[in-house]
Order: sequence, then structure tokens, then C-alpha cells
Amino acid sequence: MQSVEAVHEDRTTTHRTTTAHRLPPPSSEVGSSGVGSSVSFGVPLLGLRNTDSALIYFSSVSDNTHRFVQKLGVDSARIPLYTSEETLLANQPYVLVLPTYGGETGHGAVPKQVIKFLNVEQNRSLIRGVVGAGNTNFGETYCLAGDIVAAKCRVPLLYRFELMGTSRDVDRVNQGLDTFWTQLSQHRP
Amino acid sequence: MTQRVKLISHVEAINWNRIQDEKDVEVWNRLTNNFWLPEKVPLSNDIQSWATLTPDEQQLTMRVFTGLTLLDTIQGTVGAVSLIPDALTPHEEAVYTNIAFMESVHAKSYSSIFSTLCSTKEIDDAFRWSTENEYLQKKAHIVMDYYAGDDPLKRKVASTLLESFLFYSGFYLPMYWSSRAKLTNTADMIRLIIRDEAVHGYYIGYKFQRGLEKVSEAKRQELKDYTFELMYELYENEVHYTHDLYDAVGLAEDVKKFLHYNANKALMNLGYEAMFPAAVTDVNPAILSALSPNADENHDFFSGSGSSYVIGKAVNTEDDDWDF
Repeated sequence: MQSVEAVHEDRTTTHRTTTAHRLPPPSSEVGSSGVGSSVSFGVPLLGLRNTDSALIYFSSVSDNTHRFVQKLGVDSARIPLYTSEETLLANQPYVLVLPTYGGETGHGAVPKQVIKFLNVEQNRSLIRGVVGAGNTNFGETYCLAGDIVAAKCRVPLLYRFELMGTSRDVDRVNQGLDTFWTQLSQHRP
Repeated sequence: MTQRVKLISHVEAINWNRIQDEKDVEVWNRLTNNFWLPEKVPLSNDIQSWATLTPDEQQLTMRVFTGLTLLDTIQGTVGAVSLIPDALTPHEEAVYTNIAFMESVHAKSYSSIFSTLCSTKEIDDAFRWSTENEYLQKKAHIVMDYYAGDDPLKRKVASTLLESFLFYSGFYLPMYWSSRAKLTNTADMIRLIIRDEAVHGYYIGYKFQRGLEKVSEAKRQELKDYTFELMYELYENEVHYTHDLYDAVGLAEDVKKFLHYNANKALMNLGYEAMFPAAVTDVNPAILSALSPNADENHDFFSGSGSSYVIGKAVNTEDDDWDF
């Protein structure tokens, strides 16, 4: 993976986002937000990597979704590439961005890494919306993983885009997220 | 063809229990799970629908399909095979053999359509047209030249542009018929081909990007320039090809939007930014919907009609809850 990262450095001149699986947060950050106590959730949270990002995403080694998120230029955290790694622990309400690869029936559409992440109750409780990535060439399974997670977690599917997204997609998601977070904060006491 | 296809010089027994690139396994599994044969598609249900097309529409359809047959033949016999000697892993070689075979299945599937719907004379006429059409032959020659060249990364670029861009002047038509409830079984088969080509373009484009990591910054810039030059060259020819085929039925402008849209996706498969602006990629919604019923962006929350969404309370999930 080191060679993969080296190329990102070359290609990326701005908006370097937090890749939580490679850059664990400073130790002072872990547990400092109060959720580290995990009392209210009753699940073992030790070892999970805390993140305060309002945008959490998964991207395979093809990095399409990673590139899209970089273009958004907002603080973000990447769910680890391998299920053998500890997953993230969200500390704040967040929007999840996840890709779907083409399958016959959509069986196994949600990446295992995302399932592991959402099996943490705190992560499910803080998800507020989903952005799906995909390819219309996959027909009925276009962005299916986004639909499944949105339905399962009962949050809206906010937007769909293809591959690494166009500049129009970037504008619409940035504007849409601004409005979305504003509306949510107004509806909350 | 006078050149001999280059063969890989050294082979070791492939060990699928020692994987260097997980993407090889993932794509192999995806491709083998997606395997299909034209005999499974009930094409004969389209015979009545075929009879409702005018002779000009029938001829256009046959020409489009022979054009696609030529591309699939090139990709199966030369394109995918030419990528094998430069594979980075033995599993990548195996994936290319799968891609090559599947392209041959695609090429044969058009003949299944022809034998179901057309007379022998019509079929022979359409194949003769494919050998004589200037623009179809030019696109074949451009791609074949790069496959015969000695730059492995340029071969991957040419291959990805073929998989993700060059097919789409042809794929448009069955999607158009499908949107008008015509030749719907044929369209079902074309959608299977489109799905396969999407995985092929994604994978070859991914391997191109892995290859870029091993070359100098100067070489990377050269390959980027080359990619956009080749795209322009192919695009210019595609515009001629599109007018040549579709002017008679008045669809050329609509087809060109579909070309722009797919050119952008081909570039993204190679890791480059989209080239055509949104103003010229506004594909006819009926075509997009024929491609993917979920592509209608009006279902998205951000796009204005999301007010019907009610945000509820999340439920507990376990691994097997996600088995849909």
C-alpha cells in the first residue's frame, strides 16, 4: 500500500483529507470527547479509532470514492481498507459515502468494511444520511449499497454520483450538505 | 495482421492462495458471478417487435450490431490478449483470459440476435457494410495500432477507451428501442454486455493506474497527454460515425450527449477528471432510465423531492442483516 499512497501525494496538491486508517488521531483526541467512556452504549469501544469528522467514507484500493471526497475539500475519515483492521468510531453526527460495485443481484452489495463499521451501535446512532457512488452501467444495482444502508438505518439517501464524480457532483454535494446540516441543526432542540 | 501477438516469456503455476492484489480476486469473482450466455435470453420474443420497425430502422439496428460485433471481436482476439504479457500479477493474467473469452461471448451474442430476427441475406449485407464503413474501420485501425505498439500502459489506455467509450455509439440504439418498449429482450441482453464492459473498463483502468505508480513523473504526464489526444482522435471519429448512422432517423444529437457522458466515465476509469462539461452530457432521461432504473436523480434528497423522507430511529444490525 505504500506505493499507492506515494502516488496520491503526487496527485493531490490540495484538500488532503484525514485518512484515519493510516493516520490515527493524536492520543489526546481519543476519549476526550466523552464517548470514550462508552457507558451509554454498553459495547466495547476500546481500540476503535475515534473520529469527529462529519463525513465518513469507504473506498476500495481503486480510490474512486476517495478522490471524490478529496474534491469536496472537507474534513473526512476513511473506513479502513481491511476488515482485519479496527474500524472507526464516530463521535459526531455524520454522513456516510459508500460505493457499490456491479453484482448480479446486489448480494453482498454493502462492503464488508462498512458492515463492520455499522455494526457498532454508536456509529448507527450517529449516521444522518448516505451518499452513494456507483456506475449506471450496473443497471438495477446502481448505488444499491447506498439504498440498503439508507433503508436499514432509516436515513435519507442524499445523492448518487458515478465513479469519482464530476465537478457538478462536487458542487451539488457541497451545497446539499451545507443545507442539510443547517436544517438538521434547526430541527434539533 | 502481420505482427505476431507477443506472448508472455515466463510462466509459473498460479497460486490463488497467495494474492498480491485483492482487486484481482474481487474482479475475478465479480466476472465469474456475472457469467451468462446468449442462449439464456429469450430473444425470439422480440420477433413481433422487430416487425414493427421500418426497413430503415431494421437496417440501422443491424449495422449498429455489426459495428459492436467488430469491437468485441477485436477486444476478444487481440485487445485483452495483448494485455497479458504486461500483467503485474499472475492473477491479473487470469482475469484477462476471462475478459477475452467474455468478449467472444458478446461477439457471438449479436449473431444470436441476427439469426433470430433477420434473413441470411440481410445478415450478409450488414457484415459487408461493417467491412466497408470508413468510420467503423478507422476506429478499429486506431485501436489495433495501439495494441500492436510496444507501450504497455498505452495499450491499457486504448483498451479502457474501447471498453468504456467506443461501444456507446452502438449501445445507445438498443437502449432507445427499450425506452419505447421495442426489442426489450434484445435490450436485456445488451444490458448484460454493458455490465460486463463496465467491469472490464474499471479493471483495466485500475491496472493502468497501478502501472502509473511505477513510472517517472515525466512519463505520467506523457501518458496523460497521450490519453486525451487519443480520446479526441477517437471522439472526432465517433462523431462522424454517429452522424453517418443516426442522421437518417434524427437521433445523432441525442447520441452525442451519450458519447460525452461515457467519454467522461472512460476518463474517470483511467483516474482522470471528466472532460465534457455538464451542459453537453445531459443524456436523455429515457435512455438513462433504460440503462439503470435508479439513475433518475429526482429520487435524491439533494435534488429537491426529498421532503418525503422521514428520518427514523436506527435499528440494530448484525452481519446477516445485510444479506439482501
